[in-house]
Parts: sequence; C-alpha cells; structure tokens
Amino acid sequence: MTPLLDVQNLTVVFDGVAPVTAVDGVSFQLTPGETLGLVGESGSGKSVTAFSILRLLQPPGRIAGGRILFEGRDLLVLPEREMRAIRGARISLIFQEPTTALNPVMRVGDQIAEALTVHGIATQGEARDRAAGLLEAVHIPDAARRARDYPHQLSGGMRQRVMIAIALACHPALVIADEPTTALDVTIQAQVLDLLRELRSQYNLALLLITHDFGVIAEMADRVAVMYRGAIVEQGPVRQILRAPSHEYTRGLLAAVPGLGPRTAGGR
Amino acid sequence: MPLLEVRHLVKHFVRKQGLWRPPLIVKAVDDVSFTVEEGEMFGLVGESGSGKSTTGRCILRLVEPTSGEVLFRGENVLQFSSERMRRARRDMQIVFQDPYSSLNPRMKAGDIVEEPLIIHKLGTKAARRARVAELFTLVGLDAEHLARYPHEFSGGQRQRIGIARALALNPALVIADEAVSALDVSIQAQVIRLMMELKERLKLTYLFIAHDLRLVEGICTRVAVMYLGRIVEVGRTQALFANPTHPYTRALLSAVPVLDPDAPRQRITLDPSTFDREAPLKQVGDAHWASV
Repeated sequence: MTPLLDVQNLTVVFDGVAPVTAVDGVSFQLTPGETLGLVGESGSGKSVTAFSILRLLQPPGRIAGGRILFEGRDLLVLPEREMRAIRGARISLIFQEPTTALNPVMRVGDQIAEALTVHGIATQGEARDRAAGLLEAVHIPDAARRARDYPHQLSGGMRQRVMIAIALACHPALVIADEPTTALDVTIQAQVLDLLRELRSQYNLALLLITHDFGVIAEMADRVAVMYRGAIVEQGPVRQILRAPSHEYTRGLLAAVPGLGPRTAGGR
Repeated sequence: MPLLEVRHLVKHFVRKQGLWRPPLIVKAVDDVSFTVEEGEMFGLVGESGSGKSTTGRCILRLVEPTSGEVLFRGENVLQFSSERMRRARRDMQIVFQDPYSSLNPRMKAGDIVEEPLIIHKLGTKAARRARVAELFTLVGLDAEHLARYPHEFSGGQRQRIGIARALALNPALVIADEAVSALDVSIQAQVIRLMMELKERLKLTYLFIAHDLRLVEGICTRVAVMYLGRIVEVGRTQALFANPTHPYTRALLSAVPVLDPDAPRQRITLDPSTFDREAPLKQVGDAHWASV
C-alpha cells in the first residue's frame, strides 16, 4: 500500500551559539488506518518531529533536511497557503494539555464550529449543528447543552474529548496525538484511549501517537518507533519491540517501566 | 507501637459561594484511618481529588485538619504547640512532586539543603557545611554541584536535591508526595533505587503518595486506596493487587495499561450506585480490608 505519510531523513536543527540537532535523519511511514507509536523520553525529539510534519516549528528551530510526503506531496516545499488547507483539515493535532490548547473565552461548541468554517467546510449555521453532533460522537452526554459551556466548566477528560472532536471535525486522514492522555487520571485515560480506538476504526484514521508510556503503546499501536537523542534507534511491529527489543536503549527503557504483574480473578 | 497512626482524620475545605448562597463544603479527607509501621514503605494511592495529598499535608500540619488524630510515636501532633510542632517536624519530612517549583530558584543548591539546619539552629557553619557535603554524596550529587542554582540541574537531579533537603535533619518518616511522578521513566527508576537504598541505610519509614499503581505495586509493603476522601481498601500489596475487592479498586486496576498487546482487556467501569460510600472497612482476607 502506498504510504499516507512518508517521512524521509528528517533533520531539525535548533540554531544558536552551539546548534543542536534535535531530530537527526528520522524516517518512518504510516499507511491509512495504521497507528504508529513514537516513543521516547523528554528531549528525544518526538514532539519536534510532530511539529515539523505540520510545519509548526518556531525559530530557532528549523528543518535542515529531508522530505515529508503526505498523500504524495512534499509538505516541506508547499506554499504556506496550501499548507494551511492541510493543517487541521487533512492532518490534525491533539495536544497533551487540553487546558492550554483550548481557548478559555470561547464556548467549546464555537471552537469546534470554527474548525469547520475556517476550512470552508460548513457555513456558520451548519457548523453549529455539526459541532453538537461531534460532541455526541466523542460521547459527551447532553451534547447540545455542553456545546454552550466554556472550557473551565468541563473536567480534564471532557476537555480532551472536546480536543478530539475539534481534531476530527474536518475528517482528517492523519491525527497526530502528542501525549494525549499524559495529563489525565488512569481511569479517564482508559476512557479516552477507548474513544480514540473507536473513532480510529470508524474513520479509518492513521494515528501518530507520541508518548513516553509503553503501556499506552501496547494498548494502541500497530508499530513502534523508539526515539533516543533525535534518532530512531529501533522500529518494528509492536509485539516484536515489546517482547524482543533489539536495541539496548529500548531494553533499558522497558526494564525501567514499573511492572504490573498478571492479574487474577477480579483484577485483569 | 506504630511509627505513625492516623485516626479518623477529616479535612473539610469551605468555599464561600457569595452572599446569599450557603458555603460549599468539600470533604477532601473524610474519616481516614491507617497506621504505618517503623521501616515500612506504605503506599497511599488514588486519582486527582481523592484526598491523598491533603492527607499527607495534614499529617505534617502543612494544612490544619478539621478533626481527627495524628499519632507520631504515640503522641498526637495535632495538639502540639507551634513551637513543639516545629521540633517534631525534624522527624517528619516531605519530598514534593514538582522539582521545578519546590526549590527556591534564587538559592544555590547547597544553601537549599543547608536551610533546614539553619532554621533548626543545628551546628556551627562549618559543621553544617560538612553535613551538606555529606548529604550531597549520599544522594549521588557532586561537591561541585553545591554552588549551582536549581535551573542548572535536570529534573532527576533536582529531585535528589529535594531528597537531600528532606534528609538533612535525619528524619524517621519521609512523606514522598508524588516524588517521582514528574520524571522520565528511566530517571524515575534511578530515584526510586536511591530512595530504597536510603531507606535501608538510614532506617527510614516512607509514606509514599502516588497515582501510579504500577510503581506502588513494585515498591510498597502495604497499600491504601483512596477514593473521594475515603480509604476504600487497604492491605498487603500482594494481597490487594491479587484480589482487589472494592469496585473502585477493581475499576482502577483494570484501567492501567499493561505491556502485553495481547493481554485480554476487560475494562471495568465504576458504577457508584453499586457500593455504599460510607461502608466501614471490613476484613476480606489475610491482612486485607475493604469498604464493602
């Protein structure tokens, strides 16, 4: 199958007195409907990689080399106007922290509607109706009333559902989720992961899931790429990486994960 | 005699809702009792808002509890005068979650660790300096780090500074409030290893407050699970994890991701109508109690 996203040799440099190569020759592919887990610790370059795909990198960061092919087009040479048509519509982003990613002074329904009107997908009136539908799709009870709430009136889990609704509003082909459940309690995390799994199969979404948590990887990913100091040190199917990691760094990282033994009756 | 005994601890926060509406009472800690034995690593787990951190703070009277008793070596610290309490805190120290906000950014690392010794008027300047150097070695930092500021350290190193500060007064009890939650997993493992080593070497007792069940299972001897201000289940770690009895504990354990992609995933959703929130703890197994 032709890949939906084909990142080739991506290199990102942060300029300064001592320039830092934050991403160093990273290559990976994603096919439609597939989930790739990009895993690594702080500073490994995983978020910088995600921002590069959307061309959201801020100076002093700059893309120093490589190609990012999405649906056959190289995003790195696209005029900004065309990039804007892709960003948020064909490729969307879910952030870690819904509290800061949402606009605090705008009703959540209007924030979802904005995603639709900005891309010319719906008129103001249609967008408002669709927003309520999207809130229902992410299982927010009493969606029509909740659409009129401001972000601070919602719990953390609800806010992340709103973020997901915004990300899905334009029916993207690819969703980049940057630590989507890291800020959430474990029971809420489980609900949000269930939701992502459901929507992924419903919309045949490709998901680039960025996380530091191997547990989340095991639950969600088809394939895994392990990043360390800006490079992918190991890449492969999830079972292979978790059961027979070949790189020393992956082995160390897996060994450091506090283990939860097999559950018996009553537990898992 | 247990080192620490918490009896019927209650902390209500009262929030004014304006002139005409009655104030809102949040029962952050609602009749919590447990004991921590000398040399134990006791885990207090729960999600946001369960009251686990407030419980920890009430023990040190960093927030003043509404009612209840906190017996440290048999004496109720809640009745101590402020002067007596200050002295008692030598024996009870806390390590906070966020190594970025819990260290004064304008103080050098050495001064941060020395400060408790100055406050408690211990030793001469030279003796204090020697003690700080000793503490730095103890937590795996170098003497050259003494004159650096917090921003020059990584998260893991900052947490080591926080631990050194907590240990400066030779406490018996260390309350670790999400002490490793903000750290990367490999750094987390290092700091945990350090805490376990220090426990043996210095005969410490820990109250380990955390939301990460995987972590708690690996290191704690006993665990108490908190939900909405109450302990719903408590017991020896192995017994509790092998046979979770309270509906909340079951739901919580079933939500934790496991490393095996082929493990059967049976998500248990909590239905609060299936249990009585006020039910007293009753014995459900060997060294294992649940509020069912």
